[in-house]
Amino acid sequence: MSTQGNGSGGNGHQTMVDASVSAESEGGPVVFGAAPPPEQLTKKDFVSNQEVRWCPGCGDYAILNNVQKVMPELGVPREKMVFVSGIGCSSRFPYYMNTYGFHSIHGRAPAIATGIKSANPELSVWVITGDGDALSIGGNHFMHVLRRNLDINYILFNNRIYGLTKGQYSPTSVFGQRTKSTPMGVIDYPVNPLSLAIASEATFVARSIDIDVKHLGVMVEAAARHKGVSFLEVYQNCNIFNDHAFEYFTERSVRQDRVLYLEHGKPMIFGKDRNLGIRMNGAHPEVVTIGENGITEADILVHNINLSDPSVAFMLARMEQPDFPQPVGVFRAVERPSYDQMLAEQIEIAIAKSGPGTLEKLLYSGDMWTVE
Amino acid sequence: MSAVIEPPVPSFDKHLEELDTVTIRFAGDSGDGMQLTGTQFTNTSAIMGNDISTLPDFPAEIRAPAGSLPGVSGFQLNFSNHDIRTPGDQPNVLVAMNPAALKVNLPDLEEGGTLIINTDEFTKDNLEHAAYKSNPLEDGSLAGYRVHQLPISTLNRNALKGNVQLSRKEIDRSKNFFALGVLYWLYDRPLDTTLNWINAKFRKNAELVKANETALKTGYNFAETTEVFTTHYTVKKAVIAPGRYRKITGNEATAIGFVAAAQLAGRPLFYGSYPITPASEILHELARHKNYGVKTFQAEDEIAAVCAAIGASFAGHVGLTGTSGPGLALKQEAIGLAVMTELPLVIINVQRGGPSTGLPTKTEQADLFQAVWGRNGECPAIVIAPATPADCFDMAIEAVRLAFKYMVPVFYLSDGYLANGAEPWRLPEVDKLPKIDVRFETDPTNFMPYARDEVTLARPWALPGTPGLEHRIGGIEKQNISGNVNYDPENHHLMVHLRQEKVDRATADIPPLEVFGEKTGKVLVLGWGSTYGSITSAVEKMQGEGKSVSSAHLRHLNPFPKNLGEVLAGFETVIIPEMNLGQLCTMIRAKFLVDAVAFSKVKGRPFQIREIVGKVEEYL
Repeated sequence: MSTQGNGSGGNGHQTMVDASVSAESEGGPVVFGAAPPPEQLTKKDFVSNQEVRWCPGCGDYAILNNVQKVMPELGVPREKMVFVSGIGCSSRFPYYMNTYGFHSIHGRAPAIATGIKSANPELSVWVITGDGDALSIGGNHFMHVLRRNLDINYILFNNRIYGLTKGQYSPTSVFGQRTKSTPMGVIDYPVNPLSLAIASEATFVARSIDIDVKHLGVMVEAAARHKGVSFLEVYQNCNIFNDHAFEYFTERSVRQDRVLYLEHGKPMIFGKDRNLGIRMNGAHPEVVTIGENGITEADILVHNINLSDPSVAFMLARMEQPDFPQPVGVFRAVERPSYDQMLAEQIEIAIAKSGPGTLEKLLYSGDMWTVE
Repeated sequence: MSAVIEPPVPSFDKHLEELDTVTIRFAGDSGDGMQLTGTQFTNTSAIMGNDISTLPDFPAEIRAPAGSLPGVSGFQLNFSNHDIRTPGDQPNVLVAMNPAALKVNLPDLEEGGTLIINTDEFTKDNLEHAAYKSNPLEDGSLAGYRVHQLPISTLNRNALKGNVQLSRKEIDRSKNFFALGVLYWLYDRPLDTTLNWINAKFRKNAELVKANETALKTGYNFAETTEVFTTHYTVKKAVIAPGRYRKITGNEATAIGFVAAAQLAGRPLFYGSYPITPASEILHELARHKNYGVKTFQAEDEIAAVCAAIGASFAGHVGLTGTSGPGLALKQEAIGLAVMTELPLVIINVQRGGPSTGLPTKTEQADLFQAVWGRNGECPAIVIAPATPADCFDMAIEAVRLAFKYMVPVFYLSDGYLANGAEPWRLPEVDKLPKIDVRFETDPTNFMPYARDEVTLARPWALPGTPGLEHRIGGIEKQNISGNVNYDPENHHLMVHLRQEKVDRATADIPPLEVFGEKTGKVLVLGWGSTYGSITSAVEKMQGEGKSVSSAHLRHLNPFPKNLGEVLAGFETVIIPEMNLGQLCTMIRAKFLVDAVAFSKVKGRPFQIREIVGKVEEYL
C-alpha cells in the first residue's frame, strides 16, 4: 500500500522523539524545552492557510475576523490555544484558526473540550458552536459544561436556523416561522440560550451581534479574560436560509432604540436620544422615558454583573423586542473555582496525603499471601 | 467482648475430613449480605492458600420485596487444594437464608448435597412469597439432601441480646456473620481475616464491631458444640505457582491494570465514564487512585464520557472510557471520530445480557459484533478480551500499548462474569512488566499531522501546547499526510484502506495463538473472553481420559493472531462455545472458510465444565 497522499504537499517524513526524554512525569503538563521568547503576535498569525468556505455574506466571517483580532491581545501563545467545535456551519471555525483545533461530532464539543482542558489546564480552550449543535443535539452537554464551570470560552453562533442542512428550523427559530421542515409554521416554542445558560449556573454570560464589530470584539475579549466558563451568544445572520432574522433590532436606523447595551456600573439607558431606560416596577422591569412623569436617571436600574444572585441577569435575559430593548453585553460575571482547577487540586491533595503512586504500591497492597 | 463468648477451642470429638475441592453457594434476600458473606469466605480461603474462583449472582433490583423470588442474591465460591479455573458446576453446599433462596437455588445443588437452612425465615408469609404450597422443611421434598436446619436469626438474637446497644433490626442485620461463623467451623477456616475486616469497616461504631464479631464467633462456637454437625472438613493449601498473591476481581484488575499501563507509559490516565452495571466498580476503583495522577470524570452521559476521553487523548493523556453494552451503543459515533482522527483511545465494555437494558447484572458475550463492526462507515478498531479476572490486568496494559503504537481505538471486552468473579492473582514483578513506548511529535520541520510511520502507519501524536505544530483534526475526511479537509474520491479510497491497514498491521505485534494440547486432532475448542476457565477445565479433563481434543483461547479478536488459520486447519472439528448466538463463530467461518460449530448459551450464566464436555463428546 502506498502511504503517499495524492496531491499532498508533504513529503511524509517525520521525526519522532522518545517522550521519556521530553515529557515531564505524570500529572503535569508536557513541557518541551525552554519557553519560546515572547513575541508580539498579530491578527495574521491566527489566520490559517485554509480557504474559508462559508457563504459570501455570512455573519460567521465577522465573528472569525473579530476572534482573530482579539487573540493577539490575550498574551496567550498560539500553541496553547485550542478551538473545538461540533457540527454545523459555525463548527468549521477551527479550520480557519492557526491554532490547535478539533472539529468533532454533532453537539459534543463541550465534552471534547472537557477532556482537553482537564488533561492540560494551561491550554486556552474555546468551544465554537451553533444553535442546533449546542441547544438541540448537544443540549445535555451545554447544561453540564456550564454548571461545572470548566474554564473554557464557549461561543454560540445563533442564526435561528439550520444552515448546513439547508434550512430547517432550529431550537431558537421564531414560533410560527415557515421553514423547509415547517411549511405551515414552527409549533415548537423557542428556547432562550441566555436563560438556559444562567439557569445552568454559568459564571460568565454575555451576548453580542455579528454586525456590531466593535462590541463583538469587546465581548470576545471579556469572555477570554473571565476565569471559569464564559458563555457568549452572538446573533449571527444566515443570509441564505434566514436572512434579516435580527434586522428588526440590529438595523442601523433602529438599533439604538431597540438594543440595550449593558455596561457594568452604568444605568440601563438606551435610545437615540439616550432618554429611555429600564426601571423596576415592583418585581417587574418596565421601559420608562427619562424626563417624563418626573422620572430621572436616578430611577433607572444600574447594571451590576457581579451579583451572586442570578435573578436580575435572568430578568434581563428574558427581555425581548418589541416590549423591551434587546439587551447585549455582559449579563453576569461571577467567580467560583473551576472544574479543571479543582480536579488538579484533588490530585495534588491525594499525592500530598498518600505520596505519589508507584507500581510497587499499586501491585503490592491489600491482603497478600505467599506461596512457597 | 462479651464474657459468654469463648475463643474457639479445637474439637476433638468431631470428625475432621479432608476434601480436595468444595463449592458453596450462599443465598438469601438481597438485603441479607450474601455478597459480603461470600466475599469474606473467599478472602479467608485465598489467604489460607486455597485456589479460589467465584461467581456472584445478584438481582438488578437493589432491594426487591423481602422474601420474594426476584430478590434472591447468591454468591458461589469454589475453593480447592489444586489449580481451578471455574466457580464450580454445581454447589456441594447451599446456604439458604430464606424460602425464596431455597426455591431458586435448590435445582443447582448436587444430588445428596449439603443444605444449611435458616429455619426462622420459613414463616407462612415467606413460604407464600416463595410460592411454596407446603413447607419444604416438613413435606419430605428435601429427603435427597443432607439438611441442617438452624434457627439462625433466633440464635443470633439470643447471642446479641443485652450485649449490644442495637435495635432488633440492626441485630438481625448481623445474622449473615453468624452463618459465616458456622461455615468457618464447618470448613476449618480461621476467623482473623474477617475479624480484621469487621474492625476496619466499623471502626467508627464500636457497637457494630461488637455485634458482628459476636455473631461470627457465636456462629463458629455453635457449630462446634451443636450436635447438628458431626463432621467438619478441611481443604489444604493448593499447589500453585510460587509467588506473592492477592485475591482480585476482574473489575479491580481492570482498574489497576489501566493505572499500571499509565505508569508504564509515563502519562496520566483520564477515565471518562457514566455509571452503569456491571462497569461502575472500575470508576469507583480509579477514583481512589488520584495520587497516581488518575483523573476520573463522571460525565453527564455515555457520549460525554467517551468524548472527554478523546479530548484528553488529544492532549496527551491515556484516554480511557468504560461502560457496558447499552452505553457502548451510545459511544459508537464518538469512537468513529477517534478512528477518523487517529487518536489512541481505549474503550472498556463490561458486557452484560442484552439487547437494550437486557439483564444488567448477568453476563453475556454478545457485543463482539458491536465492537468489531458497530460504527458507520469502514471503521476498524483493535479488539481484545481478557480471559480471567487476573488476566484483566495484563490485557489492560496490552490495550494501551496497542492504542499508543497504532494511534487507534482499542476495545477491551470484559463481561459481568469476569468483572465480579474473583481468583488469586499472582503478582507480577514490576520490572518484568512490558514497557509502553510513547512518542510525541515535537519537531516543527516539515510537520504533517497525517504523516505515516513506515512500520505501523501511525500518524504523529502532536500535543496542543507544542510550539510550531498547530494543526486541526476532525471527523471530516482528511487528506493523507497534510491532514487538510479533503473530499477527493481517490484520497478517501486510500484513507479507508490506510485505516484498515493500520489495524491489520497490529497482527505483527500480537503473540501467536497457543494450543492447549496436541496441535492436531479431532476437536479444537476455540474460545474468547470469560469462557476460558470452563473450556480449559473441560478439555483438560477429557485429555486426561485420552480423548483427542485441544483448546485455544483468543485474547486478540481484531486482528486475529497470525497463526489462527494454521491452528484451525489442524482439527477435524472446531467448536466455539460463546455466550451469544455464535458471533466469533461467524467471524471465523467468514474469514477462514472453516465449518466451525457454534455452541451457544445465552442464559446470563457462564458455561459449566460438563456442558462443554457434553458438546465435545458429540464430535469425538
